[in-house]
Formats: sequence, structure tokens, C-alpha cells
Amino acid sequence: MHEINLVADDPKNEGDDSGLSRRGALKCMVWAGTGILWTVSGGVPKSLGLLGDALAAVPTGFSFFQISDSHIGFNKPANPDALGTLREAIGKVKAVKFRPAFMIHTGDITHLSRADEFDNAEQIISEAKLNVHYVPGEHDFVDEGVGKAYLDRYGKGTKGQGWYSFDDHGVHFIGLVNVVDLKAGGLGRLGADQLAWLADDLKDKSASTPIVVFAHIPLWTVYADWGWGTDDGLQVLDLLKRFGSVTVLNGHIHQIVQKVEGSMTFHTARSTCFPQPAPGTAPSPGPMTVPADQLRSVLGITSVDVRIGDRPLAITDTTLAE
Amino acid sequence: MAKSLSERVVASGIRAMLAAIVVLATLAASPALAADAQVKIANFTFDPPILTVKAGTTVTWVNADDIPHIVLEKDGKFRSSALDTGDKFSQTFSTDGTVEYFCAIHPHMTGKIVITP
Repeated sequence: MHEINLVADDPKNEGDDSGLSRRGALKCMVWAGTGILWTVSGGVPKSLGLLGDALAAVPTGFSFFQISDSHIGFNKPANPDALGTLREAIGKVKAVKFRPAFMIHTGDITHLSRADEFDNAEQIISEAKLNVHYVPGEHDFVDEGVGKAYLDRYGKGTKGQGWYSFDDHGVHFIGLVNVVDLKAGGLGRLGADQLAWLADDLKDKSASTPIVVFAHIPLWTVYADWGWGTDDGLQVLDLLKRFGSVTVLNGHIHQIVQKVEGSMTFHTARSTCFPQPAPGTAPSPGPMTVPADQLRSVLGITSVDVRIGDRPLAITDTTLAE
Repeated sequence: MAKSLSERVVASGIRAMLAAIVVLATLAASPALAADAQVKIANFTFDPPILTVKAGTTVTWVNADDIPHIVLEKDGKFRSSALDTGDKFSQTFSTDGTVEYFCAIHPHMTGKIVITP
């Protein structure tokens, strides 16, 4: 069974930049600060003591980052400097002492799908010098070509409106698109073509293959009144239920929400641009303006460390304020 | 106590102004000047959610949110561009009936235009 766990220390790696040195790990723990570290054991989430448990874990050297909802082009009071906070987020990624395998971006790269917004985002994200696997958010498909701007950049080698899968370190990663051809009164939507592709993509995979699925809008219903769910998301979960380890990573709602159901773990990432209110706590899900000195405590990035073993799964979220 | 001449003149002037305001208000509410109607997009809702207009009316959507919205007819018969804050989109409805629309990127937002002859 595979495990996704906190970035951790291996004393044998001291002085080796390719792994985590003890000093690096200590720095990393400082960096993790009050970031949410959680683990799931037997389907029951529990929090880990940050330092002790983390130092006791054994790294595999395979970790990746998730960033989300950078909304380049947004300039309203909730965050007049979307480029600046994205740069800070990428700075966090660059500052870690281990080498992430890659990064995923779970959509809303831009605010209005404009070429200059995509260009500016790309320029800053590329500073991480990591391979980046993107999926689009609805804001990346609002150009006149309804997604042409996004697909011209990130659609190579993908199917349909940009979905794909790949394998890394024995983990099967699936990037889904649930922001296109939405129906009146509905939520996010994958559509029959994508579901058929997914069924085919999974049919030869053994149940012991760890699966990581990522998409912009949550694949489960977080809050239907605000559209925070995917109409045909349950069909994805049905296709995945035979697998022993499934991790679902989403964005869209600009806050951390997590849940566990059997072998499936669901997690949404913070935005790098602006926060959104908790479900039902405001008249609408629009950008939430917080005092300027608090903004960075509600923006952030997510790191995931994957390793082989019988330990349960854990994901680390870190704010830009830490 | 009898009012002075100047007081009577002022009072009569105010009455004339009030009458003029009533006339203007009546004109503004008359069908001839109501050919344009507006739907405000605010807090991820269309306001009013159901708008009744006479055939020939031009309806203008104005986005008051900090997030863009796209006005899309249910079957794709018309579609606005992405409306950023303050942006407008207009559509003229020439035949009677009911038009259902929604936001292409926040599809839980729905609205109707009811067009009467």
C-alpha cells in the first residue's frame, strides 16, 4: 500500500541536497509552522504532532506540490496584487530543501482567460523550474474561443477539453476537466465522453495502484447552493471505489475542506489569490476581503509526499504567512 | 392668520414643481419609456430572477460582482462575453414567450425573461 505523508527527515541524508538533510528538515518544520498537517487512519482523520511524527517518518524522495486558483488578472480589493501573492507562493515552493517531482495547478490560473494573464502566470510559475500538470478552472475557459486560449497552451497530449493521465513512481495521476459545457441549474460537469475515457483509462489498472485524481471544482458536493460540486462526480467515484488508495485534490472554493470515505480522501487547496467564505456564511461565494495584514494567512500551497509503506495518508497545507 | 403675498407665491411655486415631478414620474413609468429594462447581477444572482417585459424591449445585464459572469441562453441561443465588474450585455426580445438563461460559469445562477405581446 502506498502512503502520502508529510515531508520528513532522514538522518542518513544529512548534507545531501537531493534528499532532506536534518537541517533542511528542521527548516522545513519551521516553514510548515502552523500549517495543517493531518493524517487518516482507518478512515478516521486525526492530527499529527508536527515535529515528532514528521521526523519519525521516512521519505521516499517523491513529493509534489499543488497550487490553485492563482486568478492572474484579478485586481479587486480582496487582493490587488494577484501576481505578487503567486510569486510568494512559488517562492515557498522554491525554498524547500527537498526536490519535488512536479507541481499540479488545479485551475483558475487566470481570472479572464486573457493571453497576458496566461503569460504572466506562466512566467512566475516557471520560476519553480518544475514540470507543471494543469487542469483548467472555469475562469480559464471564458475567452471568446471558449477554452482555446487554455488549450493552445496546455492542451498538448490531452484528450477532449484537456483531460489526461500519467504515471509517476507507481502512482496513477488523473487530471479531469469539470468546468466546460455546464448545464443550467447544475454544478460542475465532466460529461459522457470524459467518463467513458476514464473508465477505459482505469480498466487495466490493478486495485493496488494508488490513484491521485485532480480537477478544479470539487468532485463531491461541498455546497450545492453555491455550485460547489460536480453533477456527475459520483460516477467518477464509482469507477474508483475498487482501488485501495484514492486521493482527490481540488481547488475552486479557495479554502481547505477535507473528508474521508473508505479508501478515498478528498482535499481542496487554498487559493494563492483571495479567500472565499465558508459555505453559507455569506450572501454569496464571492471574494472575501480580509484586512491586508491577514491576507497571507488565508492563502497558501499544498505539499504531498508519497511513499511506499503501510502508513496512512497525509497532506500538508502551508499558508503564505508562515 | 392670513399668509403674506410672498408666502403664497412660494407655496404656488412648490405646487408647480411637485406637479412637474409627478408628470415626469408618470412619464418614466409609462410603457413608451420602459422599452429598456435591466437585470443586475449581484451576489451570484440575477435580480430580478424573473423579469417581465413587452415584446421589443432591450434587456441589459450589468455585473456588480467582483467575479465575472457569462449570460447564456439555456440552449445557447445567445451568449455574452465574460462580463467583468461593471460590464454590460444587452439583448432585445422581439417575440413573446419565456426565455430561460443561466451563468455559463456558475450554472446554479438562473433567470427568466417573460416577454408579453
